[in-house]
This record gives sequence, C-alpha cells and structure tokens, in this order.
Amino acid sequence: MHLPVIFLFLFSLAAPGAFAQDSKKEIAKYQKMIADSSPVELFELQGEDLWKKKQGPNNVSLERCDLGLGAGVLRGAYAKLPRHFNDTGRVMDLETRLLHCMTTLQGRKPEEITRSPFGTADKPSEMELLSAYLAGLSRGAKLAPGTAHPKEKASFALGKELFFHRAGAWDFSCASCHGEAGKRIRMQDLPILSKPEFARPVMATWPAYRVSNSEMKTMQWRMNDCYRQMRYPEPRFASDATVALITYLTVNARGEPYRGPGTKR
Amino acid sequence: MNAMKPIRRLTLKAAGAFAAGLMLPLRALAAGWNKDAFGSKTAADALRSLGAATSAESKDIVIDAPQIAENGAVVPIEITSNVPNTKSIAVVIEKNPFPLAASFDFGDGAVPYVKVNVKMGESSFVRVVAEAGGRYYTASKEVKVTIGGCGG
Amino acid sequence: MAEPMKIRATLKGELAEVRVLMVHPMETGQRKDASGSIVPLHFIQEVTVRVNGKVMLEGQISQAVSRNPVFSFRLKGMKAGDKLEIAWLDNRGERSQSVTAIA
Repeated sequence: MHLPVIFLFLFSLAAPGAFAQDSKKEIAKYQKMIADSSPVELFELQGEDLWKKKQGPNNVSLERCDLGLGAGVLRGAYAKLPRHFNDTGRVMDLETRLLHCMTTLQGRKPEEITRSPFGTADKPSEMELLSAYLAGLSRGAKLAPGTAHPKEKASFALGKELFFHRAGAWDFSCASCHGEAGKRIRMQDLPILSKPEFARPVMATWPAYRVSNSEMKTMQWRMNDCYRQMRYPEPRFASDATVALITYLTVNARGEPYRGPGTKR
Repeated sequence: MNAMKPIRRLTLKAAGAFAAGLMLPLRALAAGWNKDAFGSKTAADALRSLGAATSAESKDIVIDAPQIAENGAVVPIEITSNVPNTKSIAVVIEKNPFPLAASFDFGDGAVPYVKVNVKMGESSFVRVVAEAGGRYYTASKEVKVTIGGCGG
Repeated sequence: MAEPMKIRATLKGELAEVRVLMVHPMETGQRKDASGSIVPLHFIQEVTVRVNGKVMLEGQISQAVSRNPVFSFRLKGMKAGDKLEIAWLDNRGERSQSVTAIA
C-alpha cells in the first residue's frame, strides 16, 4: 500500500475525535474571551445605584436589608445563600430575600415586583440589577449555603426530589437534561447538576449576562425558564419550589469560590 | 464625493495645527463618519472606499479570535499590528451585510492594538487591514458561528 | 441611565491598559420588537480617546459592533494621574463622555 494512503486512512480515523476535542477547546476560548470583555460590570454598577435609591411608600433605600450577615452587610452575603431566616421562618434565596426587603423596608406591594420580575435588554428589572450588584460583592467567597437548620435540610431534600421528579407535557425532570453524561443541546454541553464536579462551575457564575439577548439573567429566571422549556407551568417567583431547587444546586456546588456574575452565550 | 477616501487624511493645515499641539482630531473627523465605507455591501467595496483596494498579506498583523463563537451577537476580536508605523486598523467581516465593522486611527500615544466585540451574521472570515506608511497590509481569520442551544 | 460608560485604566510602567464599557443598544435596524415592528438603526458611530486633552485614538464604528460595546486600547507614555477622557457620538447625534485618572 502507498504510504500516503495509509496516512490518510489513519488521519481520517483520528479526525472525528480530534475535531470534537478542538471544538470544546475553541468554545472554552470563546467563553473566556467574552467573560474578559463583558458588559456585566455595568449592571453591577447600576445595581449599586438602585440599592441606594429611596423607593416605595416608606421612601427608604434597601441599605438596611439583612441578607443574612446583618443589616447592610453585603460582602460575602450572596455566597451564603440560600439560608434560613429567623424573621420569616423561611429558607430564602437572594431574590426571595430582596422581595422581602422591598416589601418590609420600602413598603412596596409584592405584586409590583412579582408582576414582571424579569426584564428586557432595554430595561433590566430591579431584581436583575440588584442581583448583579450583590453577587459581585461575593467574588472570591466560597459558596456556603445554609445546611444545618432543619428547614435548610428540608429545602435541600425538596429540591433534590424536584430535580428528579418527572411530570409535565413531556414527562421531563431536570435530570432529563442535567442528569446524565454526554448530553447536549446543539453546541451546548449539558452539565450534570446533581454532581458537585459539574454543579460547581455553574453555580459559581450565576447570575449572568447573556450575550445572545444582552440581558442579565438570574437564578429565579433560570428556574422559571427551565420549567417553561420542559413544558411545565411556570413556577411562582420566589416560591418554595424555586428556592428548594436553588438550595439543592448551591449545596451541590458548595465550597466552590464564587467567581462573580458571569457572562454566557 | 471622493470614493477613494483613505481612513486617515492629514491635510497640511491640520498637520500644522496638530504639531502646534491643538486639540485637533487625528484626521478630519469633522468630515464625519465614513458613510461610503460603512455602507458598502461587499468587503472589496468597503476596502476600496477606505483606499485600501490593494493590500499585502502580512504575518505582522495578529488576530486573536475564537475559531467558534457560541453566539454571533458577541464575537470578541483582539488585534495587534506589529507592522511598524501602523496608523490605522480596519475590521471587515466578509459575510456581514455591511462588512466594514470598525476602523481605528492611532495617534502617537496609542499602540496599534484594539479589542472589540463584533456581531457576525454567519460564519465568515474576519479581515483586518492595517495602514502604515501609506501602504496597506492585511490578515484574516475564520470564525465559525453557531446558534446556541438551551445554554446555561 | 445611571452610568452610560465605565473606564478602567491601569498603568504598567508607561503603558496604560484601557478598558471601556459602554451602554448602548447598537441597533442594526434589522431587529423586530415584540410587536413585530422594526427597531430603527441606533448605534455609536464615533469614539474618541483623549489624554490630557490630546487625541490619542479615534474609532469609527458601525452597527456591527455588539450591543453594550466593550473596547480595550493601549496607550504609551502614560503616567499616574493623566486625565483620560473617552467620548462617543451616535447616529442620532446623542453624545456621552466619561473622564477618569489613569491609576
């Protein structure tokens, strides 16, 4: 046999595998480059202004909001959520807690916020801006959601059950996409979120700016949109179900240093 | 209308005023945004509008861009021109409806380097044209654009 | 808009690495809004970078630059305290500028 033919044969065997590996590498490069030149910081700054803005019938800002570390203590607070709060007797994630502060401190009606908690590219919602700001202040802090309190344990257990529970028009659960190795949707690999190894890099980068629609997206949005994509009814904003799922995912990711609001496709 | 308008046109008057340290633009920005070049529908027309109809391939222009962009809405492109005396850099996305995406003019204090996020309608070559000493140099890199899926 | 532009300028010797984030829709004039109407062309056309009043760099850009543009530039011969000013002008004649000291 001619040498070139053998060479071509061997090359054609190696090529498919090599291409898949190269694709992954190049996509990783894309992800790194967009994170390096991301507009996400602008949202953090806008969130800071909003945090300090007097609003509502009580005409106060959110600066005295207690995110778990004490009123107005912001650095590292996001990384310790979700957690149980004595004043409400509930486990709360960031947005649930913000809703609480908006209604109790500022005197605003919950419907004012929950009517449209998710914004658009032209007009990000308050939740999105505040989430970016507050999450940014946990950069470098290890994810450490509450796990000791009985309600925190219950929230984790509920989240886990919801993760694997199949229902809806397509009989899907979260695990249908995020529970097995080797799954992807078009070019996106789907991480197995029940495993710490895969949950950690994911939870370390939410909330995130999505370049495909120039919008800041939060975890509450992600939960809502996943359910919508599974053809379920959309869960209520800041409901026990959404908090439970966020608890489950964050606990799976605990110990991971939080990287700050991410930039994603 | 001068169709052969280069990116940078330094009139004698402007050069004198610039030398005198006045706050004059690097080129006649007062002439405004280059409608001809930006309105061109082919890469060739855009380059012609910039006066860069002929350019020499150069390894001294470094384009750092991902080979695959998960989303064409934001494709980061990082360009360094090591061609000595580079005065301007143009970024042309060959398959875009209007290929000329940007052009940058560098004064003495600016390094011929820029990083910019561009939109790509489809997989295409990204071409960079640098002007140095009245001549044009070029390099290109292919970027594949995918439509993303569910996305995290 | 609280802050339409944010500039980061860090000095390494005499070289300043400048990163500027801008808030702008950079509409291509091809996008349809929720009601199905075309969102008109609206984008930054000119960007000017000045240090201590002197123009260092000029950019002419198109609607092909991404929404909420982020640019990186490098300036030489800089020193701490130099006044860096970045300004933009869009196709509607709207302007914005931001000033910062190189640190």
